[in-house]
Amino acid sequence: MHVRRRPPLRALVLGGTFAFMLAGASSSGFAADTGQAAARAGTITLYSGQHEQTVSQLVGDFTKRTGINVKVRSADEATLANQIIQEGSKSPADVFFAENPPALQVLSEKSILAAVPAATLAAVPRARSAPSGDWVAISARAAALDYNTDKLRKADLPKSLLDLAAPKWKGRFAIAPGETDFQPLITSIAKVRGDAAALTWLKAVKKNAKVLEDNELIAAAVDKGTVDAGLVDHYYWYRERDEVGADNTHSALHYFAPHDPGMLVDVSAAAVLKSSKNAADAQRFLAYLVSKPAQTIIATSESYEYPLRPGVVNHKVIRPLSSIVPARVTATQLGDGKAALAMLQQVGLL
Amino acid sequence: MSALGGIGAAPLVRRRRLGPAPLWLLALPIGAILLLPLAFVGVQASSAGWTKAMHLLRLPHVEELLRNTIELVVLVTPLCAIVGAGVAWLLERTDVPGRRFWAVLLALPLAVPEFVNGYAWIGLDDRVHGLWGAVLVSTLSYYPLVMLPAIATLRRADSALEDVARSQGLRSFAVFRRVTLPQLRLALLGGGLIIALHLLAEYGAFSLLGFRTFTTEIFTEYQLGFDAASSAVLSLVLVGLCLLLLGAESGLQGRTPPTAEAPSRRRRSRLGLRAVPAVGALGGLAALAVGVPVGALVYWMVVGSSTTLPSASIASAAVSTVTLGLAAALVTALAAIPVAVLAVRYPTRLAQLLERSAYIARAMPGLIIALALAYFAVRHAFSLYQSSVLLVIAYAVLGFPLALIAIRPSIAQASPRLEEAARSLGQPPLAVFRRVTLPLIAPGLAAAVSIVFLSSVTELTATLVLRPTGTETLATRFWTYSSGLAYGAAAPYAALMIAISAVPTYFLVRWFDALARTST
Repeated sequence: MHVRRRPPLRALVLGGTFAFMLAGASSSGFAADTGQAAARAGTITLYSGQHEQTVSQLVGDFTKRTGINVKVRSADEATLANQIIQEGSKSPADVFFAENPPALQVLSEKSILAAVPAATLAAVPRARSAPSGDWVAISARAAALDYNTDKLRKADLPKSLLDLAAPKWKGRFAIAPGETDFQPLITSIAKVRGDAAALTWLKAVKKNAKVLEDNELIAAAVDKGTVDAGLVDHYYWYRERDEVGADNTHSALHYFAPHDPGMLVDVSAAAVLKSSKNAADAQRFLAYLVSKPAQTIIATSESYEYPLRPGVVNHKVIRPLSSIVPARVTATQLGDGKAALAMLQQVGLL
Repeated sequence: MSALGGIGAAPLVRRRRLGPAPLWLLALPIGAILLLPLAFVGVQASSAGWTKAMHLLRLPHVEELLRNTIELVVLVTPLCAIVGAGVAWLLERTDVPGRRFWAVLLALPLAVPEFVNGYAWIGLDDRVHGLWGAVLVSTLSYYPLVMLPAIATLRRADSALEDVARSQGLRSFAVFRRVTLPQLRLALLGGGLIIALHLLAEYGAFSLLGFRTFTTEIFTEYQLGFDAASSAVLSLVLVGLCLLLLGAESGLQGRTPPTAEAPSRRRRSRLGLRAVPAVGALGGLAALAVGVPVGALVYWMVVGSSTTLPSASIASAAVSTVTLGLAAALVTALAAIPVAVLAVRYPTRLAQLLERSAYIARAMPGLIIALALAYFAVRHAFSLYQSSVLLVIAYAVLGFPLALIAIRPSIAQASPRLEEAARSLGQPPLAVFRRVTLPLIAPGLAAAVSIVFLSSVTELTATLVLRPTGTETLATRFWTYSSGLAYGAAAPYAALMIAISAVPTYFLVRWFDALARTST
């Protein structure tokens, strides 16, 4: 046993030394990566909670046009927003691109975001962006009811989001209350019909709905027919269709009536951090995101979002954004989503 | 606490002393790092204030979360023990064919990340949901943590006792219950403790299955409430549950059963025709625990239209996964040595506290551990923030209890007398360690390296927070694609993760074999 154990031992010790060297190497490599390199002209760090493939297209095009390198840190927007809060003034991030306004609103409330220049804000409809001018809207999506075409006929479909509280919908639709897209629906009802109505609706929905982890699972379950319908944003249906193939798709999108609280258009948005040491380059990136080339990439990419810049249209999405008459809720009213979260916790959905 | 610690019987403790100062010099910083998550949770909770903390803990759903979490631990831990001990008994005490093959195949779930398993099961059948879904998926993910030590124990334990019992007319099951099971007690308790801790801290699989535990709630507070303080308050409940588990484990441990001094005689029951149902049971378990996740990945690759030829990114993700995993495995195994030596040879209260801090950290979700490290790095060591070093430290904290259970038995077996003999021959302490102690504990170290590598390769939540910007691992890539609904594109990353993990799994099984053979 003594003789035979020597080689593995030596391997272990050697390996250990190697590991420490590696760790050392990568640590210094890191310092060059974020801290110091960021101080060099021409590199910005983007924290992105958005569809990764589209972001990498945007970043590639931006670098080609400006020569400014963009380091992308992709994770879900909440992780990134929390991370920025924790990092405080030392944050390595220059730009934060979020899927939903609440993630940015939280940062705005903590005075972490820099003001967006007027020219950037003016490139997209002003009402979509933060009233304070702290973040600018980049792309949009519409809330919809994804339904299985074998299980439901068009005539069965509800005109209003509020109809889903009716007993006839018991067990027939899915929601993902843990997703950041669900809270705006609750806020929307609360703003249009009042807090009490929102709470009553939510209690009924808790009885009626099947709760799934995320929108992706809802889109897949509806298409498979394991649930008749589900509340999602429109693009989940398109992405699911792409994954299973158009011929094998057994689901379709249904939009609620004009001005219905469920007829909600939500935006992705971006902002530059106050602490950015590359503020000029970071603002150039923000301006690029609302420029015609970037909005065209958004309009033609596989993420199926609506571009917001007037004159750029997504022809791959069947229903044009211009035909959607949304609920009368402003971006400010949608806020940071905390009131909706409290309601979700109160009824026990979270 | 001793997990596998029964192996090698009680250490030779002559004096109740603290142990050599150099050991403590090494162990104290390690203990400090292990206690960082607890310190972070404490700081956050006190910044939230007691009023808010109490408000959070009194929300109506907290009771449900507590019930869910406890039900899960109470159901899954014994189930894993039954499955793990049953498989171990079949492989070690009967002449069932293909024992080595089954041992490796049935250890493979260690290589399948829980969230991949979760995806696979809900894709297969959407009735896999809630408590029973969580019980099913986690039992199938975690039973090897009992199976491996149980195999090692049975192989080492003398079957003569069982023969005697049988000759006294006891039936097979009675022999198992009254003779075999008591021998397995420490393996079951140690494996059970680790499983219970994993159940407390797991997020991905349970959230996919729509089963809410304290950990899924911690993520909700964090992701929807942007509220790190509330997450921390909830983590305190997990720490409390962990202390209960540790207390229960050491209470149940009792006295170490006698172990064979000489290489033991082992007689295997002839199964005869009963080999058919036995092989059927092993095959059925393999189909559920390995076949379902692997099958799902193959299905996604074949059917998903997002499937593309593996790009360059899969290679770079694989390289960083393996590099980080290996670094974490080696660092953790080495760091576990002083802690394990102190805990085994000088079992004072202080050493016990040191060892327990590793378990307490593991009861908290990877997210909290990552946040804790980020918190202290941002404030006190900014150059470490978002560096590979910090990520490796996070993997080390997460893998520490696993390394401890792998190393403890080796240290318990390595007789201090050999070291004393070397010292009496005039060897300096470091040379004694290098030339006597290290060779003796090398197999345990190798096992620790393997099992920490496994736990690091499949880690996702801490990786997302701590990785250097631009670094992607197989787990983060899988997450990116699966959250874009591109399962076809996601599947190769998970498949590669499993393939890479299969290597250390194989070595782990080999080690448990060797452990049994060489035990004295």
